[in-house]
Amino acid sequence: MINFLILPILIPFLTGILLIFFAKNVSLSRWIAGISSFITIIVSALLVQKVRVDGIQTLDVSSWQAPFGITLVSDMLSALLVLTTSIILFTCVIFSFKTISKEQERFYYYSAMNFLAVGVIGAFTTGDIFNLFVFFEVLLMSSYVLLVHGGSKIQLRESLKYILVNVISSALFVITVAYLYSVVGTLNMAHISVRLSEIGESGIVTVIAVLFLIVFGLKGAIFPLYFWMPGSYYAPPAPILALFGALLTKVGVYSIMRTYTLFFLDDKDYTHQLLGILAIITIIVGVIGAIAYSNIKKIVIYNIIVAVGVILFGVAIMTPESLTGSVSYLIHDMIIKAALFLLIGIVIAITGTSDLRKISGLIKRYPGLGWTFFIAALALAGIPPLSGFIGKLLIVQEGFKEEHYWGAGIVLMSSLLVLFSIMKIFIKGFWGTPQAYKEEEAVPVRKLLVAPVILVIISVLYGAGSEFVLPYISQAAETLSNPSIYIEAVLKE
Amino acid sequence: MKTNDIILQTTTKVVLFIIILFSIFIFFRGHYTPGGGFVGGLLTSGAIVLLLLAFDMKTVAEILPINYIYMTATGLLFAGGTAAGALFFNVPFLTHAFGDVYLPILGETSLHTATIFDLGVFLVVVGVTMTIIQTIGGDE
Repeated sequence: MINFLILPILIPFLTGILLIFFAKNVSLSRWIAGISSFITIIVSALLVQKVRVDGIQTLDVSSWQAPFGITLVSDMLSALLVLTTSIILFTCVIFSFKTISKEQERFYYYSAMNFLAVGVIGAFTTGDIFNLFVFFEVLLMSSYVLLVHGGSKIQLRESLKYILVNVISSALFVITVAYLYSVVGTLNMAHISVRLSEIGESGIVTVIAVLFLIVFGLKGAIFPLYFWMPGSYYAPPAPILALFGALLTKVGVYSIMRTYTLFFLDDKDYTHQLLGILAIITIIVGVIGAIAYSNIKKIVIYNIIVAVGVILFGVAIMTPESLTGSVSYLIHDMIIKAALFLLIGIVIAITGTSDLRKISGLIKRYPGLGWTFFIAALALAGIPPLSGFIGKLLIVQEGFKEEHYWGAGIVLMSSLLVLFSIMKIFIKGFWGTPQAYKEEEAVPVRKLLVAPVILVIISVLYGAGSEFVLPYISQAAETLSNPSIYIEAVLKE
Repeated sequence: MKTNDIILQTTTKVVLFIIILFSIFIFFRGHYTPGGGFVGGLLTSGAIVLLLLAFDMKTVAEILPINYIYMTATGLLFAGGTAAGALFFNVPFLTHAFGDVYLPILGETSLHTATIFDLGVFLVVVGVTMTIIQTIGGDE
């Protein structure tokens, strides 16, 4: 079937529409949301296998040929990210069953979640720069809804900031696309790449490259543009936070990866060096935030910033191995961040606070929760058998090989401090004298643990089975380091 | 004091149908001349807004007993369904079908599935606009 690669977009889309009709019937909409997100996982897994066997999948939507219509492209990178997204959607949906109040679920909660997934999966799959913008808006609109859903005071305040920042960055995105269109006269990404390589090194192209870095940096929270994130992500409840933390910034990172490996290859000395420097400062800022706070939500939020820096440092080096490292770390980070946010969601549900100084001794009463968190924390820091290791190893190795000693050194140091920041939660929150909390009896910890345990198991398998996973990831990196594969697949020359 | 807005209400009754006819006209000419689902939908919702101005919300809800949220979702289903219909014929997503058909009264007519897609857009625009206006205008 030639339309196979659109199914991961189409299924959540139709589910989202269907859920509008059945929103008032909470148990039915739970069933629909759960089953459809599970089907999405299966379909995306099949898609990954198809890309592995048959190479890059392209679809010229509405039968218009490549540069003239919208083309959807599933290379290995986007297929893997689509699979990861659908897994995270599924776990967040089943986590929501027990954490979001019925009153809230009735107000189109699962619809908004599904439309968010449509936006994210669409952004990963599209091969057209303006279509990328449209999918960005789809996911941002849904994220506005989810951020303010429930209408508590802090959510209202933070959503105002979040919307303001994103409206400005979206406007900048349109302006940047307009600049690019006036230079190359096309919107199809593969065709843009061809045209830009014909132009060669030119001042205006470098300016556009930096503008794209600003736009996607605002979405993906890199160094001077991350200021909105700690506040905005502090507001929503755990399952929404997990969706945001795992998916939204990563779409920005993916877009930087795509544009900086496909478009802007002629003035690498400037653009990629800039990217590298910003990535390193991003890591430093994130690490400072992560060790400074004693609020468990803030600690994990700043860890997102660190991970964004690490991934982009790998992209800035631009060797095949470092790109493999970046892709591997990107997927690991999406899974583990979702797991961590869900886990601290459970901790907050038990204790009623996110202040680390008021929490202690959780492991006595909740050993399952404690050890799951421990494994997730080790995976986050990149301890060898677990999932964060391979990616960071490749990035650091290539960093030293290409003589970026400072950068690679900082990436190494950052792992230590990330481990410190997350172990701080484990040592202070889970060890120590157990204490009783007010509403802990009402929290169904076992049922809640299902979702994060699925994610942690996937993360462990991802790390332990790297032998099996690595061919997929290096196939993804191969397209990144050799854009002609992508161009040939799309333009069919 | 009860205000007497009989002139407004009578004029509305006449003008309403002209606006709705115009919006349908705009909707159907979209393929060959300026117009289409988006403007058509906005004009229709403009007509309903005029009705809201002349009467109160309760009366309008009685005249048009429509759940606008369902209307939006139906519009999305129309658009999505037209696009997904291509899947059954194993042609790329969003591929449209068209042709000249002889209809009993209208004679030779060119029909295009893009019209159904546009109808979806029309319904979404009306649904969304009216949902916004009703939620802001309602006092609950």
